[in-house]
Amino acid sequence: MDLLTTVKQHFLAGNGLQTQDIDQVLGNLLNSAVDDADIYFQASHFESWSLEGGIVKEGTHSIESGAGVRVVSGDKTGFAYSDRIELPILLEAANNVKAIVRHGQQHRQRLASASKYPALYPSLDPLKSLADQEKIDLLKRIDQFTRQLDSRVEEVMVSLVSNFEHILIANADGELIADIRPLVRMNVSVIMQSSGRREQGSMGGGSRSDYRYFLEDDRAFAYAREAVRVAQVNLEAEEAPAGSMTVVLGPGWPGILLHEAIGHGLEGDFNRKGTSAFSGLVGQRVASDLCTVVDDGTLAGRRGSLSVDDEGVPTQNTVLIEKGILKGYMQDKMNARLMGVGVTGNGRRESYAHLPMPRMTNTYMLPGNSTHEEIIASVHKGIYAANFGGGQVDITSGKFVFSASEAYLIENGRITRPVKGVTLIGNGPDVLTKVSMVGNNMQLDSGVGTCGKDGQSVPVGVGQPTLKIDGLTVGGTHV
Amino acid sequence: MQNSAEIDRLKAVVQQVLDEAKQQGASAAEASVSIDNGLSVSARLGEVETVEFHCDQGLGVTVYFGQQKGSASSNDVSADSLRETVRAACSIARYASPDEYAGLPDAADLATQFPDLDLYHPWTVNAEQAIELAIRCEQAARDFDPAISNSEGASVNSHSGVRVLGNSLGFLQGYQATRHSISCSVLAGSGDNMQRDYWYSVARNQLGLESVEQVGQEAARRTLARMNATSLSTRQCPVLFAPTMAQGLIGALIGAISGGSLYRKASFMLDKLDQLIMPDFVRIHEQPLLKGALGSSSYDAEGVATQTRDIVSAGILRAYVLSSYSARKLGMRTTGNASGVHNLTVDSGALDFAGMLQLMGTGLLVTELLGQGVNRVTGDYSRGASGFWVENGVIQFPVEEITIAGNLTNMLRNIVAIGNDVDLRGNIRTGSILLEKMSIAGQ
Repeated sequence: MDLLTTVKQHFLAGNGLQTQDIDQVLGNLLNSAVDDADIYFQASHFESWSLEGGIVKEGTHSIESGAGVRVVSGDKTGFAYSDRIELPILLEAANNVKAIVRHGQQHRQRLASASKYPALYPSLDPLKSLADQEKIDLLKRIDQFTRQLDSRVEEVMVSLVSNFEHILIANADGELIADIRPLVRMNVSVIMQSSGRREQGSMGGGSRSDYRYFLEDDRAFAYAREAVRVAQVNLEAEEAPAGSMTVVLGPGWPGILLHEAIGHGLEGDFNRKGTSAFSGLVGQRVASDLCTVVDDGTLAGRRGSLSVDDEGVPTQNTVLIEKGILKGYMQDKMNARLMGVGVTGNGRRESYAHLPMPRMTNTYMLPGNSTHEEIIASVHKGIYAANFGGGQVDITSGKFVFSASEAYLIENGRITRPVKGVTLIGNGPDVLTKVSMVGNNMQLDSGVGTCGKDGQSVPVGVGQPTLKIDGLTVGGTHV
Repeated sequence: MQNSAEIDRLKAVVQQVLDEAKQQGASAAEASVSIDNGLSVSARLGEVETVEFHCDQGLGVTVYFGQQKGSASSNDVSADSLRETVRAACSIARYASPDEYAGLPDAADLATQFPDLDLYHPWTVNAEQAIELAIRCEQAARDFDPAISNSEGASVNSHSGVRVLGNSLGFLQGYQATRHSISCSVLAGSGDNMQRDYWYSVARNQLGLESVEQVGQEAARRTLARMNATSLSTRQCPVLFAPTMAQGLIGALIGAISGGSLYRKASFMLDKLDQLIMPDFVRIHEQPLLKGALGSSSYDAEGVATQTRDIVSAGILRAYVLSSYSARKLGMRTTGNASGVHNLTVDSGALDFAGMLQLMGTGLLVTELLGQGVNRVTGDYSRGASGFWVENGVIQFPVEEITIAGNLTNMLRNIVAIGNDVDLRGNIRTGSILLEKMSIAGQ
C-alpha cells in the first residue's frame, strides 16, 4: 500500500469520512472568492523517556490528532481547527473562516491528483523501533558509561524522545498530499564538580529515522563522551574578555548564527511586509564573496528535512546567498503569491492548530578553501567559539546575540585557554560581510535544533564550515 | 460566575479516568482535563489580516504502580481514548524504575479551601468587533507620529478555559478562567535604520485592559524612542532593569531556588537557605489568592494548597520553590509550587521610574534583553541588550548591539533599589531594579 493510501485510510476511513466529504468542505470554502484554502489533517504519537539519578524514573506518551481549516484571500487568512475529525465540525469550521473573505479572485478547482515527490525518510514508527525494555536498557547503559568517564561527574541526565506523525493535506487544487514523518532525538547532560565549582556539559543528536540511529556508529556513547568533555573544558574556563575582536566559529552547530542572524531575516513574510533588515536587498551584496548560504529541505533523514512542506509543496535546495549576493527569500504559498515569486517549500506549521508560515529547514553555508588550522593560525588575538548554546535575533533592527557553550582564547595563532560566559552580538546584514576566511570542513549539526517563531516550534537543521569573522562584539565579564 | 455544570461534566470525566486507572491496576493516579476556547484576530495596515478560532482540549493522566510512575496525554477525551491513554501510562509505569520519592502529594498538603478568585470574565466580543478593535489599535499607533513607517499589526485575543484536576486521594476540583489581551507592534525608519517595538495589555477581565488607543500609542512611543540607536564602548557602569526586564532577573533567581535545579545540584543557589542573598531591604513573596490576578490559584498542579508566604525577607532566602517530588528528594515539604510560583511579588521601594533614573545618575537603562546567556549552574550572566544611556538621571540616547554581563550571585547582592513602577502583566510583579555595576561590552 502506498503512503497516500495509508494516510488517507488513517484520516478518512478511520473517522468515517469519504473523499467526497473533503470535497464538500473545500467546495464550501471555494464557493466564495478566495485565493487558497486547505484542510490539514495531523495525527502525532509522541513519547519520551528520561533517566536521572541513575534510574529511568519517568516516561510520557501522548497522542494528538486534529484538523485545521484555512482560507486565504489576498493577504487575509481565516483559520479554525478541531481535535475532532468529523464532517459536521469541519463544515462548521469552514463556515466560520469564510467570513474573512470579502474580495479575491475566483479560484478554479482542479481534479484530484497525487503529486509525486521522493520520500526523504522511512515510514517507520520510531516508537516501536525498540522494545520499551531496550529503551530503558540503552538509557542505563549510557548513564553507567558516562559516570565512569570521569570521577567528577555528579549527575547524569539522559533523555530519549520520538515522534511519529501522519499528515494529510487537502488543498484548493483538489489534491491530496500525504506524508509520514518519524523524528527521534537523544540527549546526554552532565553536571561535574571539582573543588566546589560546578559546570555542565551536554550533547545530543537526532534524525528523521528511528531509535536504531543512536546505536549505529556508537552515536549514543559519543554523545556521552562529548558531554563530559565539554563539562571538563568548562571546569577550567576563565572569565572571557569583553569588546570587539576577531572571532572564529567552529563547524557544525555554530551555523545557528546563520539561522538566526541571516535566515530569519530572509523569510518571505517579513520581506513581503518590509519589516526585515533584509527587505528589498535581493541582488545586493550582504556577505563577503566567500559566502554561499542555502536552505535545503531535501537532505535525506535530516531533522530539518521534509519530503513535502505543510502546504503540500515538495521541499527544495534554495540558494539564499550566492558568493555574497542575496538571491532570494524562503516562501510559503501566500507570501510567494503576494510577492510574485515561486514557492520554495518552506511553508511549515507546528501542528494542525497553527497557521503555516515561511520557516527554515536545514540552513547552512557551503565549504570554502581554508583549512581549520590555517584559520586559527591567522588570528593574532581573538576568540574561538567551538560551540553555541542558543541565540536570538531582532529581525527588524537585524541585531542578534549568541551564547557560546564552549569557547577559547586565540593568542598568536594558537588556541590557549578556555573562557566562559562568551556572548557574541552583532548585526545580521553586515556580519557576513566581515567573513574573511571560510573552512573546507562543512559540517551539519548533530540533529538537535528547534526553531521558535510566533510561538510555533519546528525542528530545523543548521551547518557551516569553520568561519573567521573580523570584528564581532564579545560580551564577557572581564573588561 | 463559574458555570458549575461544565465543571461537573469534566469532573465526571476525570473521575472516569481515575476509576479506569484503578481498574487497570494502578495503586494511585492523578488526572486532569482541560478545555480552552478562544478567538484571535489581527489587523495590519488598516485591514483584517487573520481570524483564528481556537478550540483545544486535553486529557492528562499519571499513574503509579507502587513507586513506579508513568504519564500519558491525549487531545481526545472520548471513552475509548480515555482507556487507551490510561493504558499507555500504565505501560510506561511498568517499565519505569521504582523511585522512592515518586507518588501523589501527602494528603495533608492537599488544598481544602477553594475561594472564588474572580478569574472568570467571559468577553462577548465577536470576530467583527474584535477586528474593529484591532484596526483601531493599529490606527492609533500609525497616527501617533508620521515617523511610524510600517506595522506588524495589532491583535485582539480572548480565551476562556475550564480545568479540572483529580487524584485517587479524593481530590477533585475545577475552575474556569478567562484571559484577554490586546497587542500592537509597529516600525519606524527604513533600510538599515529601522526599529520595531511593541506593547500589550493582558487581563482576566476585559474591563481591566488598557484601551486599544493606549496600547497602540505606547507601541508607537516605544518604537520611536529606539530610533538612531548606537552601541557603547566597553565599560563598567550601573544598570537599571526596566520592570519587564527585572521580571526576568527575578525569574532567574526563582529558577535557581526551584526544587528541580536544587536536587540536581544545577543551581548557583545551592545551600543558600537562611543566608543573606540580597540586600536587607529586599522582600519577595507569593500572593496566590489575589482576586482576578493572572497568577492566582488556590492549589497547584498536584492539588496542593498554595501558600501566601515569604521567599526572601530582609534579604535572606527563607524558603525554596518546591513540588512534592522535589521536596521529598530534598527531605523537605512541598511549598505548593508544582506549577511554578503564584503572583510572585517583589516589594517596591519609594521611588518611581523617574526617581530610579535620578538615583542611577549615569548608567544604562535596559529595556530589552536578547538570547539565553544565563547559566543557572554557575550564575554566569551575559546577554544581548538594548535600552538607553542615562546621564544625571536623564535619558540621553538609545543604545543597541551591546551585551551586559555579570554573575547572578553578585548581581543580586548588588541591588541598589527597587522602584514602585510595578508591571502587573505577568506572574512576577516587580518594579524596575537598579544594580550597582555590570560589565558592558560594545564597540
